[in-house]
Amino acid sequence: MTSKSLLTEDKRTKARNAAERRFKSYGVAAIAVAMMALAILLTSVIVKGIGAFSQTYVTIDITLPADRLDKDGNRDPAEMAGVTTIGYASVLRDGLIDTLAAAGIETEVSDRDIGDMISKEASATVRNRVLANPDLIGETVNFNLLADGRIDGFFKGRVTMETASRDQNVSPEQLVLAEQMAEAGIIETRINWAFLSLPDASDQRPEAAGLGVAILGSLYMMIVVLVLALPIAVAASIYLEEFAPKNRWTDIIEVNIANLAAVPSIVYGILGLAIFINFMEFNQSSPLVGGLVLTLMTLPTIIISTRAALKSVPPSIRDAALGVGASKMQSVFHHVLPLAAPGILTGTIIGLAQALGETAPLLLIGMVAFVRDYPQAFSDSAGLFGDPSTALPVQIYNWTQRSDPAFVERAQGAIIVLLVFLLIMNAAAIILRRKFERRW
Amino acid sequence: MKDTSMTKNIKISANNIDVYYGEKHAIKDVSVQIEDKTVTAFIGPSGCGKSTFLRCINRMNDTIDIARVTGHIAIDGEDIYDPRVDPVQLRAKVGMVFQKPNPFPKSIYDNVAYGPKIHGLSRNKAELDEIVEKSLRRGALWEEVKDRLHEPGTGLSGGQQQRLCIARAVATEPEVLLMDEPCSALDPIATAQVEELIDELRQSFSVVIVTHSMQQAARVSQKTAFFHLGNMVEYDETDKIFTNPEDPRTESYISGRIG
Repeated sequence: MTSKSLLTEDKRTKARNAAERRFKSYGVAAIAVAMMALAILLTSVIVKGIGAFSQTYVTIDITLPADRLDKDGNRDPAEMAGVTTIGYASVLRDGLIDTLAAAGIETEVSDRDIGDMISKEASATVRNRVLANPDLIGETVNFNLLADGRIDGFFKGRVTMETASRDQNVSPEQLVLAEQMAEAGIIETRINWAFLSLPDASDQRPEAAGLGVAILGSLYMMIVVLVLALPIAVAASIYLEEFAPKNRWTDIIEVNIANLAAVPSIVYGILGLAIFINFMEFNQSSPLVGGLVLTLMTLPTIIISTRAALKSVPPSIRDAALGVGASKMQSVFHHVLPLAAPGILTGTIIGLAQALGETAPLLLIGMVAFVRDYPQAFSDSAGLFGDPSTALPVQIYNWTQRSDPAFVERAQGAIIVLLVFLLIMNAAAIILRRKFERRW
Repeated sequence: MKDTSMTKNIKISANNIDVYYGEKHAIKDVSVQIEDKTVTAFIGPSGCGKSTFLRCINRMNDTIDIARVTGHIAIDGEDIYDPRVDPVQLRAKVGMVFQKPNPFPKSIYDNVAYGPKIHGLSRNKAELDEIVEKSLRRGALWEEVKDRLHEPGTGLSGGQQQRLCIARAVATEPEVLLMDEPCSALDPIATAQVEELIDELRQSFSVVIVTHSMQQAARVSQKTAFFHLGNMVEYDETDKIFTNPEDPRTESYISGRIG
């Protein structure tokens, strides 16, 4: 009878250890795949979208001719409004041609094509400035104008000589000229914060499109969701968890809340269309309706996480409070709720983040519309959050539908903005959670 | 019922109490008269219903959906299961200390001040300070914590936490103090401190303590009730129960043959 040595592994131990090592390597492999997918996704989005945050501008001095912009010479904005953007476009074109001549740049490019190198949006910009300040007429003013989307794309590498030769909207000669202008300092590419504030723009002028309306719309919807979903969900959870009798009815309610959390979001969109727009006649495309739909969608998420947070508060705390003669409500509000707050907060922020990224239900209630006017939080005609608006994820969807590749870059840029917002919200959830949990 | 409680200085008079947890018949026809300014111990094997019975006295069983209580419990002659009785008021009169120390995750001061605050026992901060000090002294904790009243109660040791819970329970000026195995989570030194404290509390309250430890019951109580399988087998002077019990089951239990 010799006992086994501890210094050698027996067969069973070897097999067990090998199984454990295999399992660990599966885990590491799974994490590696996930991290790689994330890295590829983020790199692709950032590489393609970062261009949206810089923009190419043409800087020229233009003398605003009184004979073309204010024929009567009385500087009356109402009469000057008779000159359309087409009139201004020709002024800008002539201004650019003069600037080229002054810089000593010679080119074969036709006058018309030189004019096309400036964005179609620029003439409207200049017109608005002149109408707002008629005294500018006759003066020589330094203008910073958007370059055309193709020229912008050339400086960002999206447009090359080769693609330009196949493109009706831009010619290789224009690109050569653009290079000369860049050397002379007439054209430059710089950071474009206006991407975050400008409204959407039409198909012809991707260079002027921004996220201003979408961000405002999303912000308004988040306010609606927060103001409605948080109190409703917390009240419902507290009642179900702390007060409601445990019987068949509460079981049914519980199961249905879990089911609601799994309902596809587009179904909420159909519901919103039927109830809020067709029946209650709220404004189509309005952040109010969008917010209401997202509230319905977010409610189950917040209720489930709030109930989990309430459940995780030890029952001994409730006993302690009841034992010193606190009422049920006092025990909940003085002791249980503060302890559950970090969990509730995290659930709410994650619910909001989910709502912020939701697209499908918004398509159904018309938030996919092309909106140029900034929505007002309140207006007499449309009421609270009643102005037509769009939202970040819908704007992304919208831009990816357009043919000009410049919009794809815009869409990727918008994805970056959306991801940054989501990151900020999740970080806030983590920070708040840490802060409250560390109190004791 | 009223007469007995008045004449013999009976504080709590329980008659024909039955408790059901759903289908389970947890307490079977228990009647017991608990005297004022006395420590009464409930002993018995696990699951015999002693804690359940204790929780009937301040209606903590109300918080369990499936629990059903029948019979009469009167405190000072008033039926506490009368529909007019609000359990919240009752629990101010009948304080409770639980098995595991369960201080609120708040400061030591706030733990003790919470009860007086919600019952409006103080008119201002100075009075509240006074109540807190008095309660902590009664809980034999004042000397240890007077310099750190605003530190979290959860940071104290187990024994200190349990004394804090006792201080919290006495802060509302109850007349009865229920203790559900208050020392089961404590080490022997902390247990000795709490037992000493229980003896002092007898001066002001009627104390009912549930305990697993027969030695503890013998040390701290004047009256002892032995519970077995939901029945109250025997209730008498502690000395008598431990030296000369009448029921053979009691004798088996205290001599270690069942339990």
